[in-house]
Amino acid sequence: MTGMRQKTKNDLLMLAAGIVIYAVVQTLISVGFIQDYWERNIVYVCINIILATSLNLINGITGQFSIGHAGFMAVGAYVGAIMTVKFGLPLAGGIVAGALGAAVLGFIIGLPTLRLTGDYLAIATLGLGEIIRITILNIPYVGGASGFMGIPKLTNFTWAFFMMLFVLFFIKNFVNSTHGRACVSIRENEIAAEAMGIDTTKYKVMAFTLGAAFAGVAGALFSHYTYIAHPASFTFMRSFDILTMVVLGGLGSMSGSIVGAIFFTWVSAFFAEWPEWRMVIYSLLLIILMLFRPQGLFGNKELSLKMFGRLTGGERRGTAQGN
Amino acid sequence: MLKIEDINVYYGAIHALKGISLEVPEGEIVTLIGANGAGKSTTLRTISGLLKPRTGTITFEGKNIAGSPAQDIVKQGVSQVPEGRRIFANMSVLENLELGAYIRSDSKGIAQDLENVFQRFPRLRERKSQVAGTLSGGEQQMLAMGRALMSRPRLLLLDEPSMGLAPLLVKEIFAIIKEINASGTTILLVEQNANMALSIAQKAYVLETGRITLSGTAKELSESEAVRKAYLGG
Repeated sequence: MTGMRQKTKNDLLMLAAGIVIYAVVQTLISVGFIQDYWERNIVYVCINIILATSLNLINGITGQFSIGHAGFMAVGAYVGAIMTVKFGLPLAGGIVAGALGAAVLGFIIGLPTLRLTGDYLAIATLGLGEIIRITILNIPYVGGASGFMGIPKLTNFTWAFFMMLFVLFFIKNFVNSTHGRACVSIRENEIAAEAMGIDTTKYKVMAFTLGAAFAGVAGALFSHYTYIAHPASFTFMRSFDILTMVVLGGLGSMSGSIVGAIFFTWVSAFFAEWPEWRMVIYSLLLIILMLFRPQGLFGNKELSLKMFGRLTGGERRGTAQGN
Repeated sequence: MLKIEDINVYYGAIHALKGISLEVPEGEIVTLIGANGAGKSTTLRTISGLLKPRTGTITFEGKNIAGSPAQDIVKQGVSQVPEGRRIFANMSVLENLELGAYIRSDSKGIAQDLENVFQRFPRLRERKSQVAGTLSGGEQQMLAMGRALMSRPRLLLLDEPSMGLAPLLVKEIFAIIKEINASGTTILLVEQNANMALSIAQKAYVLETGRITLSGTAKELSESEAVRKAYLGG
Protein backbone atom coordinates (compact mmCIF):
# COMPACT_ATOMS: atom_id res chain seq x y z
CA MET A 1 0.00 0.00 0.00
CA THR A 2 2.19 2.84 1.24
CA GLY A 3 5.21 0.69 0.52
CA MET A 4 4.40 0.38 -3.15
CA ARG A 5 6.05 3.58 -4.32
CA GLN A 6 8.90 3.03 -1.90
CA LYS A 7 9.41 -0.43 -3.35
CA THR A 8 9.60 0.79 -6.93
CA LYS A 9 12.02 3.46 -5.82
CA ASN A 10 14.21 0.87 -4.12
CA ASP A 11 14.08 -1.31 -7.22
CA LEU A 12 15.18 1.57 -9.43
CA LEU A 13 17.93 2.45 -6.99
CA MET A 14 19.19 -1.12 -7.03
CA LEU A 15 18.98 -1.28 -10.79
CA ALA A 16 20.98 1.94 -11.04
CA ALA A 17 23.56 0.57 -8.61
CA GLY A 18 23.77 -2.60 -10.69
CA ILE A 19 24.35 -0.66 -13.89
CA VAL A 20 27.03 1.48 -12.25
CA ILE A 21 28.84 -1.63 -11.01
CA TYR A 22 28.53 -3.13 -14.49
CA ALA A 23 29.87 0.01 -16.17
CA VAL A 24 32.86 0.22 -13.83
CA VAL A 25 33.83 -3.45 -14.14
CA GLN A 26 33.24 -3.53 -17.91
CA THR A 27 35.39 -0.43 -18.40
CA LEU A 28 38.17 -1.95 -16.32
CA ILE A 29 37.96 -5.10 -18.44
CA SER A 30 38.03 -3.13 -21.70
CA VAL A 31 41.07 -1.08 -20.78
CA GLY A 32 42.82 -4.27 -19.72
CA PHE A 33 43.08 -3.41 -16.04
CA ILE A 34 41.16 -6.57 -15.13
CA GLN A 35 43.01 -9.49 -16.68
CA ASP A 36 41.86 -12.98 -17.64
CA TYR A 37 42.24 -14.53 -14.20
CA TRP A 38 40.20 -11.85 -12.48
CA GLU A 39 37.64 -11.67 -15.24
CA ARG A 40 37.08 -15.41 -15.06
CA ASN A 41 36.50 -15.28 -11.34
CA ILE A 42 34.16 -12.33 -11.68
CA VAL A 43 32.06 -14.34 -14.14
CA TYR A 44 32.13 -17.28 -11.72
CA VAL A 45 30.94 -14.96 -8.97
CA CYS A 46 27.92 -14.01 -11.10
CA ILE A 47 27.14 -17.65 -11.87
CA ASN A 48 27.57 -18.66 -8.23
CA ILE A 49 25.28 -15.85 -7.10
CA ILE A 50 22.59 -17.22 -9.41
CA LEU A 51 23.12 -20.71 -8.00
CA ALA A 52 23.18 -19.60 -4.38
CA THR A 53 20.13 -17.35 -4.52
CA SER A 54 18.13 -19.95 -6.42
CA LEU A 55 19.02 -22.64 -3.86
CA ASN A 56 18.19 -20.16 -1.12
CA LEU A 57 14.72 -19.84 -2.60
CA ILE A 58 14.20 -23.57 -2.01
CA ASN A 59 16.19 -24.12 1.19
CA GLY A 60 16.04 -20.77 2.92
CA ILE A 61 12.76 -19.19 1.89
CA THR A 62 10.53 -22.24 1.53
CA GLY A 63 12.45 -24.36 4.04
CA GLN A 64 12.70 -27.50 1.89
CA PHE A 65 16.15 -28.94 2.33
CA SER A 66 17.38 -29.77 -1.15
CA ILE A 67 20.98 -30.74 -1.93
CA GLY A 68 20.76 -31.77 -5.55
CA HIS A 69 21.24 -28.37 -7.12
CA ALA A 70 24.21 -29.46 -9.24
CA GLY A 71 21.89 -31.86 -11.07
CA PHE A 72 19.69 -29.02 -12.32
CA MET A 73 22.75 -26.99 -13.18
CA ALA A 74 23.97 -29.96 -15.27
CA VAL A 75 20.66 -30.16 -17.11
CA GLY A 76 20.88 -26.46 -17.94
CA ALA A 77 24.49 -26.79 -19.04
CA TYR A 78 23.82 -29.72 -21.36
CA VAL A 79 20.46 -28.65 -22.77
CA GLY A 80 21.87 -25.18 -23.40
CA ALA A 81 24.92 -26.63 -25.14
CA ILE A 82 22.80 -28.95 -27.31
CA MET A 83 20.79 -25.95 -28.47
CA THR A 84 23.79 -23.86 -29.45
CA VAL A 85 26.02 -26.65 -30.81
CA LYS A 86 23.57 -29.04 -32.46
CA PHE A 87 20.81 -26.59 -33.41
CA GLY A 88 22.84 -23.47 -33.89
CA LEU A 89 20.76 -21.27 -31.60
CA PRO A 90 22.30 -18.14 -30.07
CA LEU A 91 23.23 -18.08 -26.38
CA ALA A 92 19.88 -16.59 -25.38
CA GLY A 93 18.14 -19.61 -26.88
CA GLY A 94 20.51 -21.90 -25.02
CA ILE A 95 19.83 -20.19 -21.71
CA VAL A 96 16.06 -20.27 -22.17
CA ALA A 97 16.14 -23.93 -23.23
CA GLY A 98 18.45 -24.81 -20.36
CA ALA A 99 16.17 -23.08 -17.88
CA LEU A 100 13.08 -24.77 -19.32
CA GLY A 101 14.74 -28.19 -19.32
CA ALA A 102 15.80 -27.83 -15.69
CA ALA A 103 12.37 -26.44 -14.73
CA VAL A 104 10.49 -29.34 -16.34
CA LEU A 105 12.75 -31.83 -14.60
CA GLY A 106 12.44 -29.93 -11.31
CA PHE A 107 8.67 -30.00 -11.62
CA ILE A 108 8.50 -33.71 -12.40
CA ILE A 109 10.93 -34.57 -9.62
CA GLY A 110 9.51 -32.08 -7.14
CA LEU A 111 5.95 -33.33 -7.34
CA PRO A 112 6.63 -36.70 -5.68
CA THR A 113 9.73 -35.88 -3.59
CA LEU A 114 8.40 -32.75 -1.90
CA ARG A 115 6.05 -34.97 0.09
CA LEU A 116 9.16 -35.87 2.06
CA THR A 117 10.48 -33.62 4.80
CA GLY A 118 13.81 -32.82 6.43
CA ASP A 119 16.51 -35.48 6.18
CA TYR A 120 14.49 -37.66 3.84
CA LEU A 121 14.08 -34.88 1.31
CA ALA A 122 17.80 -34.10 1.57
CA ILE A 123 18.71 -37.72 0.85
CA ALA A 124 16.24 -37.96 -2.02
CA THR A 125 17.50 -34.78 -3.70
CA LEU A 126 21.11 -35.82 -3.16
CA GLY A 127 20.33 -39.08 -4.94
CA LEU A 128 18.46 -37.31 -7.73
CA GLY A 129 21.41 -35.04 -8.42
CA GLU A 130 23.61 -38.10 -8.81
CA ILE A 131 21.04 -39.88 -11.00
CA ILE A 132 21.01 -36.90 -13.35
CA ARG A 133 24.79 -36.86 -13.52
CA ILE A 134 25.12 -40.60 -14.14
CA THR A 135 22.37 -40.52 -16.75
CA ILE A 136 24.28 -37.82 -18.64
CA LEU A 137 27.46 -39.85 -18.25
CA ASN A 138 25.79 -42.63 -20.24
CA ILE A 139 24.37 -40.63 -23.11
CA PRO A 140 26.80 -40.79 -26.06
CA TYR A 141 24.87 -38.02 -27.84
CA VAL A 142 26.29 -35.48 -25.40
CA GLY A 143 29.75 -37.01 -25.18
CA GLY A 144 29.23 -39.42 -22.31
CA ALA A 145 32.15 -39.69 -19.91
CA SER A 146 34.50 -37.57 -22.00
CA GLY A 147 32.16 -34.61 -21.77
CA PHE A 148 30.39 -32.40 -24.28
CA MET A 149 33.17 -30.69 -26.22
CA GLY A 150 33.31 -27.86 -28.68
CA ILE A 151 30.86 -25.54 -26.99
CA PRO A 152 31.43 -22.00 -28.26
CA LYS A 153 32.51 -19.49 -25.62
CA LEU A 154 29.51 -17.22 -25.79
CA THR A 155 29.21 -16.23 -22.15
CA ASN A 156 31.00 -13.06 -21.17
CA PHE A 157 30.84 -10.70 -18.24
CA THR A 158 27.90 -8.81 -19.76
CA TRP A 159 25.76 -11.93 -20.12
CA ALA A 160 26.67 -13.29 -16.70
CA PHE A 161 26.07 -9.98 -14.98
CA PHE A 162 22.72 -9.17 -16.52
CA MET A 163 21.39 -12.71 -16.12
CA MET A 164 22.41 -12.46 -12.48
CA LEU A 165 20.66 -9.11 -12.14
CA PHE A 166 17.53 -10.55 -13.74
CA VAL A 167 17.50 -13.57 -11.42
CA LEU A 168 18.08 -11.39 -8.36
CA PHE A 169 15.20 -9.08 -9.23
CA PHE A 170 12.94 -11.98 -10.07
CA ILE A 171 13.60 -13.78 -6.78
CA LYS A 172 13.42 -10.60 -4.73
CA ASN A 173 10.02 -9.69 -6.16
CA PHE A 174 8.83 -13.26 -5.88
CA VAL A 175 9.70 -13.37 -2.19
CA ASN A 176 7.86 -10.10 -1.55
CA SER A 177 4.76 -11.24 -3.44
CA THR A 178 1.79 -13.20 -2.15
CA HIS A 179 3.42 -16.35 -3.46
CA GLY A 180 6.65 -15.60 -1.62
CA ARG A 181 4.80 -14.95 1.63
CA ALA A 182 3.06 -18.28 1.21
CA CYS A 183 6.46 -19.94 0.78
CA VAL A 184 7.83 -18.30 3.92
CA SER A 185 4.74 -19.38 5.87
CA ILE A 186 5.42 -22.98 4.83
CA ARG A 187 8.92 -22.67 6.25
CA GLU A 188 7.61 -21.11 9.44
CA ASN A 189 4.85 -23.61 10.07
CA GLU A 190 3.52 -25.94 7.47
CA ILE A 191 0.41 -27.02 9.38
CA ALA A 192 -0.61 -23.46 10.14
CA ALA A 193 0.00 -22.50 6.51
CA GLU A 194 -2.26 -25.32 5.40
CA ALA A 195 -4.91 -24.31 7.94
CA MET A 196 -4.80 -20.77 6.49
CA GLY A 197 -5.82 -22.19 3.13
CA ILE A 198 -2.39 -22.15 1.50
CA ASP A 199 -1.91 -24.96 -1.00
CA THR A 200 1.42 -26.04 0.46
CA THR A 201 2.23 -28.65 -2.20
CA LYS A 202 1.70 -26.11 -4.95
CA TYR A 203 4.08 -23.59 -3.43
CA LYS A 204 6.73 -26.12 -2.55
CA VAL A 205 6.71 -27.38 -6.13
CA MET A 206 6.63 -23.80 -7.43
CA ALA A 207 9.70 -22.78 -5.42
CA PHE A 208 11.49 -25.98 -6.36
CA THR A 209 10.73 -25.53 -10.07
CA LEU A 210 11.81 -21.89 -10.04
CA GLY A 211 15.01 -22.75 -8.19
CA ALA A 212 15.73 -25.51 -10.70
CA ALA A 213 15.09 -23.18 -13.64
CA PHE A 214 17.59 -20.63 -12.36
CA ALA A 215 20.14 -23.36 -11.69
CA GLY A 216 19.61 -24.24 -15.35
CA VAL A 217 20.36 -20.65 -16.33
CA ALA A 218 23.58 -20.82 -14.32
CA GLY A 219 24.45 -24.13 -15.94
CA ALA A 220 23.97 -22.79 -19.47
CA LEU A 221 26.12 -19.75 -18.68
CA PHE A 222 28.75 -22.03 -17.17
CA SER A 223 29.03 -24.48 -20.08
CA HIS A 224 29.27 -21.62 -22.56
CA TYR A 225 32.14 -20.15 -20.62
CA THR A 226 34.31 -23.23 -20.17
CA TYR A 227 34.09 -24.68 -23.74
CA ILE A 228 33.11 -28.03 -22.29
CA ALA A 229 30.34 -29.54 -20.19
CA HIS A 230 31.68 -32.46 -18.21
CA PRO A 231 29.78 -34.71 -15.80
CA ALA A 232 32.62 -34.34 -13.30
CA SER A 233 31.74 -30.64 -12.91
CA PHE A 234 28.34 -31.56 -11.52
CA THR A 235 29.02 -34.03 -8.75
CA PHE A 236 27.43 -33.73 -5.32
CA MET A 237 30.51 -31.76 -4.27
CA ARG A 238 29.20 -28.95 -6.45
CA SER A 239 25.84 -29.17 -4.69
CA PHE A 240 27.62 -28.91 -1.36
CA ASP A 241 29.60 -25.91 -2.57
CA ILE A 242 26.35 -24.11 -3.39
CA LEU A 243 24.84 -25.15 -0.08
CA THR A 244 27.93 -23.86 1.73
CA MET A 245 27.49 -20.44 0.11
CA VAL A 246 23.86 -20.31 1.23
CA VAL A 247 24.53 -21.49 4.77
CA LEU A 248 27.55 -19.20 5.09
CA GLY A 249 25.45 -16.18 4.18
CA GLY A 250 22.47 -17.27 6.25
CA LEU A 251 19.55 -19.46 5.18
CA GLY A 252 16.67 -17.30 4.03
CA SER A 253 18.67 -14.14 3.36
CA MET A 254 19.22 -13.12 -0.24
CA SER A 255 21.95 -10.66 0.62
CA GLY A 256 23.52 -13.47 2.63
CA SER A 257 23.55 -15.76 -0.39
CA ILE A 258 25.13 -13.04 -2.51
CA VAL A 259 27.87 -12.34 0.01
CA GLY A 260 28.34 -16.07 0.58
CA ALA A 261 28.75 -16.67 -3.16
CA ILE A 262 31.25 -13.82 -3.59
CA PHE A 263 33.26 -14.88 -0.57
CA PHE A 264 33.23 -18.54 -1.50
CA THR A 265 34.28 -17.94 -5.10
CA TRP A 266 37.27 -15.88 -4.09
CA VAL A 267 38.36 -18.26 -1.36
CA SER A 268 38.29 -21.17 -3.77
CA ALA A 269 40.08 -19.10 -6.45
CA PHE A 270 42.73 -18.14 -3.93
CA PHE A 271 43.29 -21.72 -2.84
CA ALA A 272 43.03 -23.17 -6.34
CA GLU A 273 46.71 -24.05 -6.30
CA TRP A 274 46.37 -25.97 -3.06
CA PRO A 275 43.15 -27.90 -3.58
CA GLU A 276 43.71 -30.07 -0.51
CA TRP A 277 43.85 -26.96 1.67
CA ARG A 278 40.66 -25.67 0.14
CA MET A 279 38.62 -28.37 1.82
CA VAL A 280 40.36 -27.74 5.14
CA ILE A 281 39.54 -24.06 4.91
CA TYR A 282 35.88 -24.77 4.10
CA SER A 283 35.47 -27.07 7.04
CA LEU A 284 37.24 -24.64 9.35
CA LEU A 285 35.04 -21.82 8.09
CA LEU A 286 31.89 -23.79 8.70
CA ILE A 287 33.00 -24.91 12.16
CA ILE A 288 33.83 -21.34 13.15
CA LEU A 289 30.52 -20.19 11.73
CA MET A 290 28.60 -22.83 13.68
CA LEU A 291 30.37 -21.82 16.87
CA PHE A 292 30.03 -18.09 16.63
CA ARG A 293 27.21 -17.39 14.23
CA PRO A 294 25.06 -20.49 13.68
CA GLN A 295 22.41 -18.52 11.81
CA GLY A 296 24.92 -17.55 9.09
CA LEU A 297 26.44 -14.15 8.43
CA PHE A 298 23.10 -12.45 7.88
CA GLY A 299 20.71 -14.74 9.73
CA ASN A 300 17.51 -14.50 7.77
CA LYS A 301 17.71 -10.72 7.52
CA GLU A 302 18.45 -8.68 4.45
CA LEU A 303 21.11 -6.08 4.04
CA SER A 304 19.40 -2.73 4.23
CA LEU A 305 20.06 0.84 5.17
CA LYS A 306 18.22 0.18 8.42
CA MET A 307 20.98 -2.20 9.38
CA PHE A 308 23.59 0.53 9.12
CA GLY A 309 21.31 2.81 11.05
CA ARG A 310 21.29 0.33 13.89
CA LEU A 311 25.03 -0.15 13.77
CA THR A 312 25.54 3.52 14.45
CA GLY A 313 22.89 3.37 17.17
CA GLY A 314 20.49 5.58 15.26
CA GLU A 315 17.40 3.43 15.30
CA ARG A 316 16.73 0.85 17.96
CA ARG A 317 14.11 -1.66 17.10
CA GLY A 318 14.01 -5.27 18.06
CA THR A 319 12.31 -6.20 14.86
CA ALA A 320 14.34 -4.82 11.97
CA GLN A 321 12.82 -7.16 9.41
CA GLY A 322 14.26 -5.46 6.39
CA ASN A 323 13.25 -6.31 2.90
CA MET B 1 -24.57 -25.93 9.58
CA LEU B 2 -21.98 -28.67 9.97
CA LYS B 3 -23.00 -32.28 10.09
CA ILE B 4 -20.62 -35.18 10.49
CA GLU B 5 -21.93 -38.65 9.84
CA ASP B 6 -20.17 -41.82 10.79
CA ILE B 7 -16.59 -40.86 9.92
CA ASN B 8 -13.72 -43.27 10.35
CA VAL B 9 -10.21 -41.84 10.41
CA TYR B 10 -6.99 -43.82 10.54
CA TYR B 11 -3.39 -42.94 11.29
CA GLY B 12 -1.80 -45.72 9.26
CA ALA B 13 -3.06 -48.86 10.97
CA ILE B 14 -4.42 -47.05 14.02
CA HIS B 15 -8.16 -46.56 13.99
CA ALA B 16 -8.40 -43.09 15.55
CA LEU B 17 -12.04 -42.15 15.02
CA LYS B 18 -14.53 -44.98 15.09
CA GLY B 19 -17.72 -43.86 13.46
CA ILE B 20 -18.22 -40.38 14.87
CA SER B 21 -21.35 -38.38 14.15
CA LEU B 22 -22.05 -34.92 15.40
CA GLU B 23 -23.84 -31.76 14.47
CA VAL B 24 -23.04 -28.07 14.85
CA PRO B 25 -26.12 -25.83 14.44
CA GLU B 26 -25.61 -22.34 13.06
CA GLY B 27 -24.85 -19.62 15.60
CA GLU B 28 -24.05 -21.93 18.50
CA ILE B 29 -20.95 -22.89 20.42
CA VAL B 30 -20.54 -26.65 20.40
CA THR B 31 -17.82 -28.24 22.45
CA LEU B 32 -16.03 -31.53 22.20
CA ILE B 33 -14.50 -32.69 25.46
CA GLY B 34 -12.51 -35.74 26.39
CA ALA B 35 -9.21 -37.00 27.72
CA ASN B 36 -5.86 -37.07 25.93
CA GLY B 37 -5.89 -39.28 22.88
CA ALA B 38 -9.67 -39.44 22.69
CA GLY B 39 -9.66 -38.07 19.15
CA LYS B 40 -10.76 -34.48 19.71
CA SER B 41 -8.01 -32.86 17.67
CA THR B 42 -8.27 -35.59 15.07
CA THR B 43 -11.92 -34.70 14.60
CA LEU B 44 -11.08 -31.02 14.08
CA ARG B 45 -8.23 -31.79 11.73
CA THR B 46 -10.52 -34.01 9.69
CA ILE B 47 -13.11 -31.26 9.39
CA SER B 48 -10.54 -28.72 8.26
CA GLY B 49 -9.11 -31.12 5.69
CA LEU B 50 -5.68 -31.71 7.23
CA LEU B 51 -6.71 -35.37 7.56
CA LYS B 52 -8.94 -37.38 5.28
CA PRO B 53 -11.63 -39.71 6.58
CA ARG B 54 -11.64 -43.20 5.14
CA THR B 55 -15.43 -43.43 5.26
CA GLY B 56 -18.29 -41.15 6.26
CA THR B 57 -19.48 -37.71 5.22
CA ILE B 58 -18.88 -34.20 6.49
CA THR B 59 -21.55 -31.81 5.29
CA PHE B 60 -20.99 -28.07 5.60
CA GLU B 61 -23.98 -25.98 4.56
CA GLY B 62 -25.34 -28.83 2.49
CA LYS B 63 -22.08 -29.63 0.70
CA ASN B 64 -19.98 -32.69 1.36
CA ILE B 65 -16.47 -31.52 2.19
CA ALA B 66 -15.03 -34.83 3.40
CA GLY B 67 -11.71 -35.40 1.70
CA SER B 68 -11.51 -31.97 0.04
CA PRO B 69 -8.10 -30.29 0.24
CA ALA B 70 -7.64 -27.91 3.17
CA GLN B 71 -7.48 -24.79 1.00
CA ASP B 72 -10.91 -25.51 -0.51
CA ILE B 73 -12.44 -25.97 2.92
CA VAL B 74 -11.02 -22.64 4.12
CA LYS B 75 -12.58 -21.03 1.04
CA GLN B 76 -15.97 -22.46 2.02
CA GLY B 77 -15.74 -20.55 5.30
CA VAL B 78 -14.25 -22.96 7.82
CA SER B 79 -11.14 -21.75 9.64
CA GLN B 80 -9.08 -23.56 12.22
CA VAL B 81 -6.97 -22.32 15.11
CA PRO B 82 -4.53 -25.20 15.37
CA GLU B 83 -3.52 -26.78 18.65
CA GLY B 84 -0.46 -25.20 20.20
CA ARG B 85 -1.17 -21.95 18.33
CA ARG B 86 1.35 -22.53 15.54
CA ILE B 87 1.91 -18.91 14.67
CA PHE B 88 4.55 -17.95 12.09
CA ALA B 89 7.23 -17.22 14.67
CA ASN B 90 9.69 -15.23 12.55
CA MET B 91 7.08 -12.99 10.96
CA SER B 92 5.62 -9.86 12.44
CA VAL B 93 2.18 -9.83 14.03
CA LEU B 94 0.83 -7.91 11.05
CA GLU B 95 2.28 -10.38 8.56
CA ASN B 96 0.72 -13.25 10.50
CA LEU B 97 -2.68 -11.60 10.28
CA GLU B 98 -2.24 -10.80 6.60
CA LEU B 99 -1.47 -14.44 5.90
CA GLY B 100 -4.73 -15.30 7.60
CA ALA B 101 -6.46 -13.45 4.78
CA TYR B 102 -4.41 -15.37 2.24
CA ILE B 103 -7.42 -16.75 0.34
CA ARG B 104 -9.06 -13.35 0.01
CA SER B 105 -8.34 -10.60 -2.46
CA ASP B 106 -10.81 -7.87 -1.42
CA SER B 107 -8.35 -5.41 0.09
CA LYS B 108 -11.14 -3.23 1.54
CA GLY B 109 -12.73 -6.14 3.37
CA ILE B 110 -9.33 -7.28 4.59
CA ALA B 111 -8.52 -3.83 5.99
CA GLN B 112 -11.92 -3.80 7.68
CA ASP B 113 -11.36 -7.22 9.25
CA LEU B 114 -7.86 -6.25 10.32
CA GLU B 115 -9.39 -3.31 12.14
CA ASN B 116 -11.96 -5.65 13.74
CA VAL B 117 -9.25 -7.99 14.93
CA PHE B 118 -7.28 -5.09 16.39
CA GLN B 119 -10.40 -3.89 18.17
CA ARG B 120 -11.03 -7.32 19.61
CA PHE B 121 -7.39 -7.79 20.58
CA PRO B 122 -5.95 -4.34 21.38
CA ARG B 123 -2.77 -6.04 22.53
CA LEU B 124 -2.08 -7.13 18.97
CA ARG B 125 -2.34 -3.58 17.70
CA GLU B 126 0.27 -2.48 20.22
CA ARG B 127 2.58 -5.20 18.97
CA LYS B 128 1.77 -4.94 15.30
CA SER B 129 5.35 -4.88 14.05
CA GLN B 130 6.81 -7.12 16.73
CA VAL B 131 8.14 -10.54 15.72
CA ALA B 132 5.39 -12.99 16.64
CA GLY B 133 7.71 -15.49 18.31
CA THR B 134 8.49 -12.95 21.02
CA LEU B 135 4.87 -12.64 22.15
CA SER B 136 3.73 -14.26 25.40
CA GLY B 137 1.68 -17.44 25.25
CA GLY B 138 -1.60 -15.64 25.73
CA GLU B 139 -0.78 -13.08 23.07
CA GLN B 140 0.19 -15.85 20.69
CA GLN B 141 -3.18 -17.51 21.27
CA MET B 142 -4.87 -14.19 20.51
CA LEU B 143 -2.79 -13.88 17.37
CA ALA B 144 -3.70 -17.39 16.27
CA MET B 145 -7.37 -16.59 16.78
CA GLY B 146 -7.08 -13.24 15.05
CA ARG B 147 -5.31 -14.88 12.15
CA ALA B 148 -8.11 -17.44 11.77
CA LEU B 149 -10.72 -14.67 11.88
CA MET B 150 -8.99 -12.87 9.02
CA SER B 151 -10.37 -15.39 6.54
CA ARG B 152 -13.84 -14.25 7.70
CA PRO B 153 -14.99 -17.75 8.61
CA ARG B 154 -18.58 -18.72 9.28
CA LEU B 155 -17.41 -21.70 11.30
CA LEU B 156 -14.40 -21.33 13.58
CA LEU B 157 -12.66 -24.47 14.83
CA LEU B 158 -10.76 -23.89 18.06
CA ASP B 159 -8.31 -26.53 19.20
CA GLU B 160 -7.50 -26.24 22.92
CA PRO B 161 -7.30 -22.45 23.20
CA SER B 162 -6.60 -22.74 26.95
CA MET B 163 -3.51 -24.90 26.53
CA GLY B 164 -0.61 -23.72 28.64
CA LEU B 165 -2.24 -20.47 29.71
CA ALA B 166 -2.65 -19.01 33.19
CA PRO B 167 -6.21 -19.26 34.65
CA LEU B 168 -6.82 -15.53 34.32
CA LEU B 169 -5.82 -15.55 30.69
CA VAL B 170 -8.01 -18.59 30.07
CA LYS B 171 -10.96 -16.58 31.38
CA GLU B 172 -10.09 -13.73 29.06
CA ILE B 173 -9.76 -16.00 26.04
CA PHE B 174 -13.10 -17.66 26.77
CA ALA B 175 -14.78 -14.29 27.12
CA ILE B 176 -13.44 -13.41 23.69
CA ILE B 177 -14.69 -16.70 22.25
CA LYS B 178 -18.17 -15.81 23.52
CA GLU B 179 -17.90 -12.38 21.90
CA ILE B 180 -16.83 -13.84 18.58
CA ASN B 181 -19.81 -16.17 18.74
CA ALA B 182 -22.15 -13.33 19.62
CA SER B 183 -21.04 -11.44 16.52
CA GLY B 184 -22.28 -14.28 14.36
CA THR B 185 -19.55 -16.88 14.01
CA THR B 186 -20.45 -20.47 14.78
CA ILE B 187 -17.84 -22.19 16.94
CA LEU B 188 -16.71 -25.75 17.42
CA LEU B 189 -14.50 -25.82 20.49
CA VAL B 190 -12.23 -28.66 21.51
CA GLU B 191 -11.10 -28.51 25.12
CA GLN B 192 -9.58 -30.45 27.95
CA ASN B 193 -10.74 -27.77 30.35
CA ALA B 194 -14.24 -29.22 30.45
CA ASN B 195 -15.51 -26.83 33.09
CA MET B 196 -14.76 -23.75 31.07
CA ALA B 197 -15.90 -25.28 27.82
CA LEU B 198 -19.26 -26.39 29.20
CA SER B 199 -19.81 -22.99 30.76
CA ILE B 200 -19.90 -21.19 27.40
CA ALA B 201 -21.23 -23.91 25.09
CA GLN B 202 -24.83 -24.70 24.22
CA LYS B 203 -24.21 -28.25 23.11
CA ALA B 204 -21.53 -30.77 24.02
CA TYR B 205 -20.14 -34.13 23.02
CA VAL B 206 -17.90 -36.38 25.10
CA LEU B 207 -15.30 -38.35 23.19
CA GLU B 208 -13.61 -41.46 24.53
CA THR B 209 -11.01 -43.43 22.55
CA GLY B 210 -12.44 -42.50 19.20
CA ARG B 211 -16.13 -42.84 20.04
CA ILE B 212 -18.76 -40.39 21.19
CA THR B 213 -19.97 -41.73 24.50
CA LEU B 214 -22.24 -38.92 25.62
CA SER B 215 -23.95 -35.96 24.05
CA GLY B 216 -26.53 -33.39 25.04
CA THR B 217 -26.90 -29.76 25.99
CA ALA B 218 -23.97 -28.34 27.89
CA LYS B 219 -26.19 -27.98 30.95
CA GLU B 220 -27.24 -31.62 30.91
CA LEU B 221 -23.68 -32.79 30.58
CA SER B 222 -22.29 -30.60 33.31
CA GLU B 223 -24.91 -32.06 35.63
CA SER B 224 -24.40 -35.63 34.50
CA GLU B 225 -22.86 -37.91 37.08
CA ALA B 226 -20.51 -39.65 34.64
CA VAL B 227 -19.11 -36.41 33.24
CA ARG B 228 -18.68 -34.88 36.68
CA LYS B 229 -16.68 -37.88 37.83
CA ALA B 230 -14.52 -38.18 34.78
CA TYR B 231 -13.86 -34.60 33.70
CA LEU B 232 -15.05 -32.08 36.26
CA GLY B 233 -13.29 -33.41 39.33
CA GLY B 234 -16.16 -35.00 41.28
